[in-house]
Amino acid sequence: MARRQGRRSLEFKDVGTQQGPLLVVEDLHTSFRTGRGTVHAVDGVSFEVHEGKTLGIVGESGSGKTVLSRSIMGLLPPHDVIRSGTVHFAGHELTAMSDSELRQVWGAELSMIFQDPMTALNPVKRIGVQIAESLILHLDMDKKEAESTVIELLRSVGIPSPEQRVKWYPFQLSGGMRQRVMIAIALACAPRLVMADEPTTGLDVTVQAQILDLLADLQRERHMAVILVTHDLGVVASRADDIIVMYAGRIVERAPTRTLFHDTKMPYTRALMDSIPRLADPSGARLNAIAGRPPDLIHPPPGCRFAPRCPYAQDKCRESEPPLRTVGSADHLFACWFPLVDGQPTAPSVPVSLSATSANGPPATTDPLPTTEADA
Amino acid sequence: MGKYLIRRFLQLVVVSFVISVLVFMLVHLLPGDPTTQILGANDTAANRAILLKQLGLNLPLWHQYTIWLNAAFHGNLGTSYLDHESVTHILATGAPVSIELILISQILAFAIAIPLALVVSRKPNRPVDNISTTTTFGLLALPPFVVAPILVAVFAVGLGWFPATGYIPFTQAPLTNIHEMILPSVAITAGSIAVYFRVLRSDLISTLQQDFITMARSKGLSNLRIMWRHAFRPSSFSLLAVAGINIGSLIAGTFVVELLFALPGIGFALVQAVEQRDYLVVQGISLVVAIAFVIIQFVIDFIFTIVDPRVVRE
Amino acid sequence: MPEERELLDTGSSAKMLGNRIPMTAATEVAVLDMQSEAFDRDGDILKKKPFGFLFWFAIGFVGVVILSAVLANVLPLQNPNFQNYSAINQTASGAHWLGTDDLGRDLLSRLVFGARVSLIVGFAGVTIGLIFGGTAGLVSGYRGGRLDVGLNAISFIILAFPAIVAVIAIVTFWGASLVHITIILGIATIPLMYRVIRASSLAFAQRDFVIAAKTMGASDTRIVLREILPNVIPVTVTFSLITVAGLIVIEGTLAFLGLSVALPTPSWGNLINEGSSNNLLSINPYIMLWPALAMFLLLWSINLIGDRLRQRFDIREGLL
Repeated sequence: MARRQGRRSLEFKDVGTQQGPLLVVEDLHTSFRTGRGTVHAVDGVSFEVHEGKTLGIVGESGSGKTVLSRSIMGLLPPHDVIRSGTVHFAGHELTAMSDSELRQVWGAELSMIFQDPMTALNPVKRIGVQIAESLILHLDMDKKEAESTVIELLRSVGIPSPEQRVKWYPFQLSGGMRQRVMIAIALACAPRLVMADEPTTGLDVTVQAQILDLLADLQRERHMAVILVTHDLGVVASRADDIIVMYAGRIVERAPTRTLFHDTKMPYTRALMDSIPRLADPSGARLNAIAGRPPDLIHPPPGCRFAPRCPYAQDKCRESEPPLRTVGSADHLFACWFPLVDGQPTAPSVPVSLSATSANGPPATTDPLPTTEADA
Repeated sequence: MGKYLIRRFLQLVVVSFVISVLVFMLVHLLPGDPTTQILGANDTAANRAILLKQLGLNLPLWHQYTIWLNAAFHGNLGTSYLDHESVTHILATGAPVSIELILISQILAFAIAIPLALVVSRKPNRPVDNISTTTTFGLLALPPFVVAPILVAVFAVGLGWFPATGYIPFTQAPLTNIHEMILPSVAITAGSIAVYFRVLRSDLISTLQQDFITMARSKGLSNLRIMWRHAFRPSSFSLLAVAGINIGSLIAGTFVVELLFALPGIGFALVQAVEQRDYLVVQGISLVVAIAFVIIQFVIDFIFTIVDPRVVRE
Repeated sequence: MPEERELLDTGSSAKMLGNRIPMTAATEVAVLDMQSEAFDRDGDILKKKPFGFLFWFAIGFVGVVILSAVLANVLPLQNPNFQNYSAINQTASGAHWLGTDDLGRDLLSRLVFGARVSLIVGFAGVTIGLIFGGTAGLVSGYRGGRLDVGLNAISFIILAFPAIVAVIAIVTFWGASLVHITIILGIATIPLMYRVIRASSLAFAQRDFVIAAKTMGASDTRIVLREILPNVIPVTVTFSLITVAGLIVIEGTLAFLGLSVALPTPSWGNLINEGSSNNLLSINPYIMLWPALAMFLLLWSINLIGDRLRQRFDIREGLL
């Protein structure tokens, strides 16, 4: 079972000696050719992540965040995919690497935690085996060593009685435990960067917190960088150092967490925050859903892509696309003609219709979010 | 799981029982008195009386049946009235031949279908896939009685690479035996290849779309390893299921090639018995083959339940 | 019943485990295709082939075979049993388009007349299966109840028996003739038709439009005939075609074994057998070759037609 995959040709500097950012993404585009046209899922994304830091990527479903995470890693389907732009990781250019080179990086230096542990774990393999695979492959362990390491890993992710559970199959575990197994797999070889793609969706709220805490602990211990991809602002609020907000395949705002929450510039970000139900709200209060649906990524609307659903959209917004720029502090970027200042809109508010979507998009039906009233 | 198995076992028993009744009743399909037919040339009044007594045909039907069944349980399925060999003996000598044929053919089928499906499922609808699918489609139109004569004409008579008839037991001369068995085995393999390829291909394609495959990729595992260790494993269970069902269609093919290549297997014995109106032999062989088939299905079910961890256990 | 077993991650074929539909390899594949989920990334993976050239060629071939078999007496064919000792083992010529066999009989006419056996057994057999098994399945799938459970159990038992062995045994004791064989194979088809049509009927019986019809006071008969039957027809047509091919194979196998219609009456199976003695294969392989080729083309055509029709009808109702 233990087989080295060719010879290691890539060198990685030790953790902690990295100069400059660990991950640099420059103008990344990813599109899919489908029967209906080319879907521009990621349409020009650039950012950096430093060692040991946590970046949160937030967006609705359809914003391109999952495609982004897979595109950065290079985990895309082999056909009908167009990718351009560059990704540099720990001094190597991922986008220029061959498959066999990428395989040396995957699992060893860069790994991913998937969203749904039920489907992401092989149902017919024991969890111990699934964790040990990376150990044996990348760290050259033999079976015995691997087995004891696996047990330790399971313990460190908080699975009780790991010696017994090692032999279990995924279906025997609860959702929360499966997610812990996923974390164990991702962290097995102590990678420098972990992409966590919706790691807590579908889990109980209490379990969510546990999982996120666990991730944070492990991160601190190993000086790992984490990219946390989620639709839930609440998840990144206390865990991320910086946050990127994505919409329709583009970054619309980026800032350190505190700044994002206290000095939100993009109306979309504000709307996302407002849509989080608060415990303090009286029961029966209407949820502040964002009206309309995400735009069609095959034929994106001209101008700002959020304009059809933005409560403050003006003509200028619909005509020309706002560039990503900063005002004042260099680490706060946003793309809006009329950004919020001190939390207040700088443009008059406009009624947004229920069926708001992109101009050329597919016909809209009712809003998929829970309530059906727009904020006029 | 226990409950399920018990239920299947009961089904096995019931089916076997029904089969035995039906096979027993076959003789009574014959027009006229069974004795006339069985005796054939030796038909005299005296013989008939003896036979009647011997076969217990003067007893009520259900009694005859129980006697017959009882004898069968004790391994006595009657005797061929021609060469006076016991049916059991005929079966015992014929079984190794037939089983060897099936074994070789299935090994061939897996050896071709599995790698082909593994290669093809990664890139569906590309040229290799289309060629394979079309070819296997053609294989389905080549039943053994069509393929075997052609194989003999080309490879045995024409090229002389393989013998057209003859059989030496494996224990006596393994290489010659294999040499003799190749053409007949190939002749019955066409359908199996097609079925296994189709099943595995479609299963692999749908498995490869699952998340855990992407996850495995993200661990840096090689494509080969992913195909073999992650994708093939769940799909192999389906293959096992189909293999069990496929055996049914192999039986006919085995009879055909045994006849054509003069291999002394069960099929050959059966066909001979039919031609010579050796009714007891026909009955005996039919009973045993049918019940063996049913038992094999049950065993495969059983294996399936044990081996596949995804099966919901009751 | 084994159908109750679920697999958490179902491969399409694993569903078959409880539904043994044996017979021939082609039948298995067809049933699997009918069951398989259409894994569909915008229809990319499972492209639907239109009714292209191959399809019409197949239809043409089957048509020619059927027509020539039906009209054999009227066509300018030689007598298939006439032995002309001055024209033994001739290759194709003007007088004998496909040559002659070792008794001087015209191969073409033997081929054409021989087609009759295969076609009659195939189509008549399936018809028997449809009339009895299909009707029973249609009603049983809709009604359910004790009758359904009982019939299901019976069909399961019958299907457990390996077909070829049963047929051989019965032919042994009953005698081989075209009528007998057709009846036996027809009866063998009954449980198959029952199973398939019942599953389809059952699936439709649970749909809303049937319940709607019931609430409007339609009688059971009316519902079965008006609502369910039209929906069941596509599956039935496709599966029937496959079964025709299956019966042709079984009859051919029997004929080859010498257990079907006897020589000198030609049938493709016994023609192949006739031509397969080592002696003849070296002297005149065409005796075996023409019927073998014809059989291959016929089976291939029928399978193709069935396959294209299935794709056209897009049968994926989680059928079995």
